[in-house]
Amino acid sequence: MFDKIWDAHVVKEIPGGRQVIYIDEHFIHEVTSPQAFTGLRQRGIPVFRPNKTHATADHNVPTKNQHLPIKEELSRKQVDTLTVNCNDFNVELYGLGHERQGIVHVIGPELGITQPGKTIVCGDSHTSTHGAFGNIAFGIGTSQVEQVLSAQCLILDRPKLMRITVDGTLQSGVTAKDIVLYLNAEMTVGGCTGYFIEYAGDAISSLSMEGRMTVCNMSIEMGARGGMIAPDQKTYDYLEGRPFVSTGEAFDNLVSEWKKIASDPGASFDKEVRFSTEDITPMITYGTNPGMGIGIDEVIPDLSSDSFYKSLKYMDYNSGDKMEGKVIQHVFIGSCTNSRIEDLRSVASFIKGKQKASSVKAMIVPGSKQVQKQAKEEGLDDIFRSAGFEFREPGCSACLGMNEDKIPAGEYCISTSNRNFEGRQGQGARTILASPLMAAAAAIEGKIVDVRKYIN
Amino acid sequence: MEKFTQLTSTAVPLLIEDIDTDQIIPSRYLKGISKEGFGDHLFRDWRYDNSGNPISDFVFNNAMYTGKILIAGRNFGCGSSREHAAWALADYGFRVVISSFFADIFKGNAMNNGIVPITVSEEYLHQLFTSIEQDAKSVFTIDLEKQELSNGEGNIFLFEIDAYKKDCLINGYDDIDYLLSMRKEIELFERKKAS
Repeated sequence: MFDKIWDAHVVKEIPGGRQVIYIDEHFIHEVTSPQAFTGLRQRGIPVFRPNKTHATADHNVPTKNQHLPIKEELSRKQVDTLTVNCNDFNVELYGLGHERQGIVHVIGPELGITQPGKTIVCGDSHTSTHGAFGNIAFGIGTSQVEQVLSAQCLILDRPKLMRITVDGTLQSGVTAKDIVLYLNAEMTVGGCTGYFIEYAGDAISSLSMEGRMTVCNMSIEMGARGGMIAPDQKTYDYLEGRPFVSTGEAFDNLVSEWKKIASDPGASFDKEVRFSTEDITPMITYGTNPGMGIGIDEVIPDLSSDSFYKSLKYMDYNSGDKMEGKVIQHVFIGSCTNSRIEDLRSVASFIKGKQKASSVKAMIVPGSKQVQKQAKEEGLDDIFRSAGFEFREPGCSACLGMNEDKIPAGEYCISTSNRNFEGRQGQGARTILASPLMAAAAAIEGKIVDVRKYIN
Repeated sequence: MEKFTQLTSTAVPLLIEDIDTDQIIPSRYLKGISKEGFGDHLFRDWRYDNSGNPISDFVFNNAMYTGKILIAGRNFGCGSSREHAAWALADYGFRVVISSFFADIFKGNAMNNGIVPITVSEEYLHQLFTSIEQDAKSVFTIDLEKQELSNGEGNIFLFEIDAYKKDCLINGYDDIDYLLSMRKEIELFERKKAS
């Protein structure tokens, strides 16, 4: 699958082995684009294909009172700079207040910009999310954002290919997030560096599009350039009728093209690994990278290295501890990993009729305006509020704490986001990654629990 | 982009693995709209405590260790794609980062900002750390043309680097210069793709 898409986008081979690759869709946001536009101004050049770049404000935006001016001066300046740049260079902006605004990796699929067979980039490492639709999607640096704005191309070396197959049916209480946290733990934080991953197997194809996006989203946490899943009927059904997707006969033609994308039987990979759902239980992280995760039944291991001990010291945990029962003060449900309508529905169905622990602050941040709207239409917001959760406005929020949604130093947050790095959610904050279900269960009890005790 | 041919310098050792870009530059410092000034916030939360006082046991706060080379544990630069990490290193004065393994996006970002990421064997990396431990003023030389790293005691490591990026670093070219020169070919590709 990777080769078919890549080969169709090679503009030119250059001496030394690199290739010039054409980029079909480019997403930008306020944090990693300003310097790229400055570069264009310095060179005196326009955006080469403005209709192939799509902008939104997400990283820096407040999740309360979005109709008011942003209070924090630097954040406001960055968001305003994006608006000026989009105006000056004729790029469509789904800015703050726009009905299509949201986290860049949520709105791309939602609008149908993300489609099978395309090459998709963004100045954000979680661009791998889009690969759930069977395309080549990956994060880039700002110099590369400038390259795509200038010439709609990148000069790239071809990555190696890895197939990760997950066989079997998911056990009860186990979700897409648990699959990917399990893969992160098995492959480790740098275990897929240099590779592009294709996910396969029953456990992957049985996932909804939302679940597939969650899996592909965290490919980067294993160091992979990106992750992809073969498109199928679920992909076509998800895309049909979305704003950027052709309709009628043109859609049928698209689908027949998309059907050719999947890897052929016997396709070869540089590396193949296989896992079984029998080994995957609800996952929880205990350390300061996403590969430091264990099943909820397990205890924190002892890896005897300075870096490992530094990490446990930061978390104030010990080898041999169980995560079950550990107290948390914050619950964050959101981010490009788990802020889609399906995530919100699963949280709502779990917490309906329950009340969060009084010791906990719980916040749900929808991935986009569309998700927020749909959640309201379905009455999920009432369920959240009745259970004592705050339901905010869309943005990246406490995933990286660039806005005011920060976790205080020393406190613990169970989070459905993708990174538990030191200080990720605020200086000194301690992050525990888990699925929306596990986060919801922890909110109710004020401590980490095995969600299966509620389900079985 | 500043050209890179040769460099002889002391080095700063950072013997920690899996250093992510959130540590190199925390997200609250990503709000700038230019590429300048990020060096002040390089490893901010490892360099300073919550009150802004230097943390004495962090190597950057030890005057013994200075130089234009950073030597770090394996899997340096994992996580976020923020090029601010490369800007912060460059702004602080680093021109070379040596590790046994680099995260992909960081490696590309570094090379796009005139920083040479040099991948060495785990064994050689530990030799480098040992050299510095024995003598903080150990001097290392990088010759990009020859792809050589030497520790001053004649112990030379031949490193690999992408031929195209090497050329860019030595000549100070960037990818945009190249891409702009092939606009016609890109337009031709677009026409073919559309038909």
